[in-house]
Amino acid sequence: MEEKTTQAAPEAAPKKPKKPLPKSRIMVGEQLAKLYQDTIDAKARGEKIGWSASIFPQEIAEALGLYIVYPENQAAGLAARHQSDDLLAHAEAAGYNMDICSYARTSLAYMDTLTAESNNMPKPDFVLCCNNICNQLTKWFENLAHQFQVPMFLIDTVYNYDPCASDAKVKYVRAQIDDLIHGLEEISGKKMDYDKLTEVMRISQRNKDLWREANELLAVKPAPLAGFDLFNYMSCMVCNRGKASTTAVLEQLIAEIKENIAEGKSTFPVEEEYRVFWEGIACWPYLGHTFKTLKKYGINMVATGYVNAWGLEYEPGDLDGLARAYIDLPNNNNNLETVVGRRIEAHKKFQVDGTIYHVNRSCKVMDCQQYETQRRISEATGIPFTSFDGDQADFRAYSEAQYETRIQGLVEVMEQRKKEREGGKD
Amino acid sequence: MITMGVDVGSTSSKAVILRDGKEILAKAAVPMGTGTPGPGQALELALTQAGLTRDQIDCLVATGYGRLTFPGADHQVSEVTCHGRGIHFLLPEARTVIDIGGQDAKALQISDKGKLLNFVMNDKCAAGTGRFLDVMAKVLGIPVEGLGDLSAQSEQPVSISNVCTVFAESEVISHLAAGAKLSDIAAGIHTSVARRVAALALRIGVEGQVAMSGGVALNQGVVRAMAAELKRPILVHEDAQLAGALGAALLAAERAR
Ligand code: SF4
Repeated sequence: MEEKTTQAAPEAAPKKPKKPLPKSRIMVGEQLAKLYQDTIDAKARGEKIGWSASIFPQEIAEALGLYIVYPENQAAGLAARHQSDDLLAHAEAAGYNMDICSYARTSLAYMDTLTAESNNMPKPDFVLCCNNICNQLTKWFENLAHQFQVPMFLIDTVYNYDPCASDAKVKYVRAQIDDLIHGLEEISGKKMDYDKLTEVMRISQRNKDLWREANELLAVKPAPLAGFDLFNYMSCMVCNRGKASTTAVLEQLIAEIKENIAEGKSTFPVEEEYRVFWEGIACWPYLGHTFKTLKKYGINMVATGYVNAWGLEYEPGDLDGLARAYIDLPNNNNNLETVVGRRIEAHKKFQVDGTIYHVNRSCKVMDCQQYETQRRISEATGIPFTSFDGDQADFRAYSEAQYETRIQGLVEVMEQRKKEREGGKD
Repeated sequence: MITMGVDVGSTSSKAVILRDGKEILAKAAVPMGTGTPGPGQALELALTQAGLTRDQIDCLVATGYGRLTFPGADHQVSEVTCHGRGIHFLLPEARTVIDIGGQDAKALQISDKGKLLNFVMNDKCAAGTGRFLDVMAKVLGIPVEGLGDLSAQSEQPVSISNVCTVFAESEVISHLAAGAKLSDIAAGIHTSVARRVAALALRIGVEGQVAMSGGVALNQGVVRAMAAELKRPILVHEDAQLAGALGAALLAAERAR
């Protein structure tokens, strides 16, 4: 596939007016800003507030009416706005090695400064950590707890070598959840209302279903949405997945997607020539470049394992089920067979032409299986792939030229396959 | 029909002119890459050789690291595809192509028509690229073109275990300090590069005959080491360095048709 030489725009060409944001985008933006502000206000009122890992059983704190903010979301947002560069330097000067996850470095620097250009979070009164996505998180949160001299609640989930969590593991995690409830009751002086907890669990399940539905609507060909758009809604699932406001955002999003389908429209701005699966976290500091390069070649990212990482499934009110769900995550806490099986299914369902692997310098746990994942998925599906180096939040680990060469190479292979499929000739 | 391919690499520039996508009319290589006068010089050299002017070129395709900034190209195609095409023209029997460029390395699978079927590229690291060889030649105090002949005299190759170029550099320096022979160090350097790149080829699956492309293919030391790593012979054409530009000129001919 070749790249068309772009003609210079005529000098006086009027600037294209910016498209107004869809209502759901405005809603999700407001929702996130409100969370940060509400937490600041709660702290000012003297309430106890917490910092939490992204896939922690939020249901408990939510049911207790506690305000929680999420360092991973903070770091991703800062990185996407190029506001974390100084924080990364600060962390390294403080002795945190560049090999440590860039979310952790951003957060550990923020722990010192408590000032950022946006996404500010007040000093926590407790921290909540669940190691179902990686173990580095544990050390990071231990540092936060130690530095702030506040308690840390750890939910230790144990890696899933088997296809699904054993009863013994469920028992182990359930006991920790009970402990968490008591601990948070003690800190906050509030009493758990178990009906409220069931209600929060019900809302969380509804949100999980809606999130899945929104994602799955991209299986329509051509997709009614630019897949990168979904990155903008992830805060719903990371920071607000137990809230009714998320239900409203996602219902609005789904309505918009369905409207696009009905009208044959898409937010993907050019013709969808190729559909790809994206493996790994977004490269936040270069979100624009990664997206525009794909767009240039008519590639829409229609599915990603990462966006679906919050597919936690349980019966409302069932705390054992809650424990099981947080062990049986779709991604990092699972063995290769399970992850590959899920990916192969998604590759077929979303009718993708290629896979793009983000070799993310920060996230060792996501990278360590990647060569084998690539091999197995491409063997099972016959779908070509490429990989590129980057980092979720460190701007120093990405080369625009190298990314483009790999994408262009992938396009050439996808084009070749397409021709073979269509005409039987090459 | 006259077409041209220009391969704007990170450390060198190459140009090839073709008649009817079949006959090579001119070829030029300049040891200066993107951002230097190199690409322009390669273009001019090739035109002079063929006795042509730019307007007589029906289609020009640029490839290589600097393809997007090279002025005057009709199209740009990635070096991944161009190397596959170029090698197919030179060595039609090859099905696996290994290209070591200035700052990247890749392994390709191509069809019997030279079409790209699959590829893998190196991850972010200078190890296993032409740059690694440049740095090591400098430490040894010899021109990089001399590395191949030097390593041919090796009796007991040293082992270079670091993949980080900076660490490998100090490893080479300590071998020098310990009195190791230059030829043995050169052989060790080649094995180190070959191991890294052979792993890429093995990941994609080595099928049929294997050819090396790009300037590093002219280094017999790397070729020998690669053959040893892959346990099979490696085909090298004398114009291997021009494969990218040649592939671009072939694709230009397809476009012009
Ligand atoms: S290393 Fe990966 S899983 Fe762990 S916190 Fe960082 S991004 Fe998340």
